[in-house]
Amino acid sequence: MARQFLSGNEAFAYGVRLARPQVISAYPITPQTIVVEKLSEFVEDGSLKSEFIHVESEHSALSCAMGASSVGARAFTATSSQGLLYMAECLPYAAGGRLPIVMMNANRSTALPWNIYGDQRDSLSQLDSGWIQAYAENAQEALDLALMSFYIAEHKQVSTPFMANLDGFVLTHTYEVVDVPTAEQADEFLPPFETENKMSLTKPKNLGFSAGPDTNTFFKYKEHTGLLNVKKAVTEAESRFESIFGRHYSGLTENYRTDDADYILITLGSISGLVREIVDKLREQGEKAGLLRIRYMRPFPNEEIAKAVKNAKAVGVLEKDISFGNEGTVYTNVNSALQKAGISIPTSDYIGGLGGRNISPGEIENIFEELKQEKSAVKFLGIEVR
Amino acid sequence: MKEIIWHGRGGQGAFTAARILGEAYSLSENTFVLAFPSFGPERRGAPIRAFTKLDKKPIGNRSEITKADYNIFLDDTLFSEQAFDELKPDGKIILNTKKKNDDERVITIDGDSIAEKHLGLPITNTILLGALAAVSGYVSLDNIIEAVRQTMPPRLHEKNIAAVRAAYEEAVK
Repeated sequence: MARQFLSGNEAFAYGVRLARPQVISAYPITPQTIVVEKLSEFVEDGSLKSEFIHVESEHSALSCAMGASSVGARAFTATSSQGLLYMAECLPYAAGGRLPIVMMNANRSTALPWNIYGDQRDSLSQLDSGWIQAYAENAQEALDLALMSFYIAEHKQVSTPFMANLDGFVLTHTYEVVDVPTAEQADEFLPPFETENKMSLTKPKNLGFSAGPDTNTFFKYKEHTGLLNVKKAVTEAESRFESIFGRHYSGLTENYRTDDADYILITLGSISGLVREIVDKLREQGEKAGLLRIRYMRPFPNEEIAKAVKNAKAVGVLEKDISFGNEGTVYTNVNSALQKAGISIPTSDYIGGLGGRNISPGEIENIFEELKQEKSAVKFLGIEVR
Repeated sequence: MKEIIWHGRGGQGAFTAARILGEAYSLSENTFVLAFPSFGPERRGAPIRAFTKLDKKPIGNRSEITKADYNIFLDDTLFSEQAFDELKPDGKIILNTKKKNDDERVITIDGDSIAEKHLGLPITNTILLGALAAVSGYVSLDNIIEAVRQTMPPRLHEKNIAAVRAAYEEAVK
């Protein structure tokens, strides 16, 4: 392994190179551009032997990746925001076709008003598309996730496309120290992609067919169980990863000082680092604060969340998302997990970081202070509603 | 944690300086760094800021720095009294200027003259890096030079290394 000083986008591109996809099709969009540029440089300098296909749109980018995956190639694409939405028609297509494509999404706000900065409304609007969704906290996790995403997506009992999310700018454009594994280590971790689910002259198959009312539910149920199997595949991938690279990951969630916590803040993505620091600060002051970081939004970690918060007095959710006319989508999902487990504690939703707005340490301390009131509420950070 | 704010104009290399400093610090074991620009549309000549955070433990806070240990100005037309609001209690300003400044918190260096001599261009990012290395001791001169080699295109190495050395020696005085 070699220590390198890389941005989140570059780190992800290094991870993709280690996974050796045979086909990359992508269209550039801020703040994803650098990952695609970097991969095109790798193909140009010969360090990645891959077919790099320049396409005219995101819709074509994913269509192209689906074509490649359909003949048994390992395929990668990347997008962000409006690009993801333009691609949206193809997302359930790839998932229903059980094509284990990996896509990096640089989380960015969606128009209007036009905004290039980071929030998570783009990917969270696509939770129901049938894709696995993971969220990285830092550049090291981004690289490691790039490598693990192929393993998980291509797992025989999963065979589902994987969307790896990196917060736009604060993660994609920030430089950090990253351990870059060697190609030999990566090859030991990730076997070549092999599937029966492909077009083949020797074993002809019908792909991309229709299924009417009588059989459709069976296909959708299989798609659902494929996603549920991700949990097992993540455990397998992470223990294999740890044995080769020595870095530990904790499955669908990461619990930080939640064991005896009275007040737990649940969040996802790069803001978790700041929440962890605030938890430490509050602990030093004798406050029983904890952080639960959601690493995977699909499959949703229902049991993991219920288990971590069952003894807490109140829970907050901090998310860069709003489902207009209702509440933040992460909050809806968390409440569902608690309700199913019979946990009845106050929960509050904090909607912050929209359009890249900074979330300050003081705001997070304030959330923990408000959780002590043990009342449920939905609030926008930075807006006082009287 | 050591926090450095870089002020420059688009094209002067403020973010490159923030990155080279981070790279130089990361050459020592058990170091953690975040380096990033103020995010937004980039225009040549427009004021920009960049940030470097250095620590011996993981850094969770990715927000822009509001109070710095060193507040660095590549261009003195960007310097004003507001610069002092961005300082920690013992914080210092490093200012590229030909003018004198009597405030004890301000360290001045005539970076433009060094740039003219070694680079032939009024680009002072690596010069201010050399000055920072000398006055702060956060990174060694050798590590700055190594980071210049790793970060900049090869054709820029020798003259920038000469500029870094000249600035380092000037600032040590």
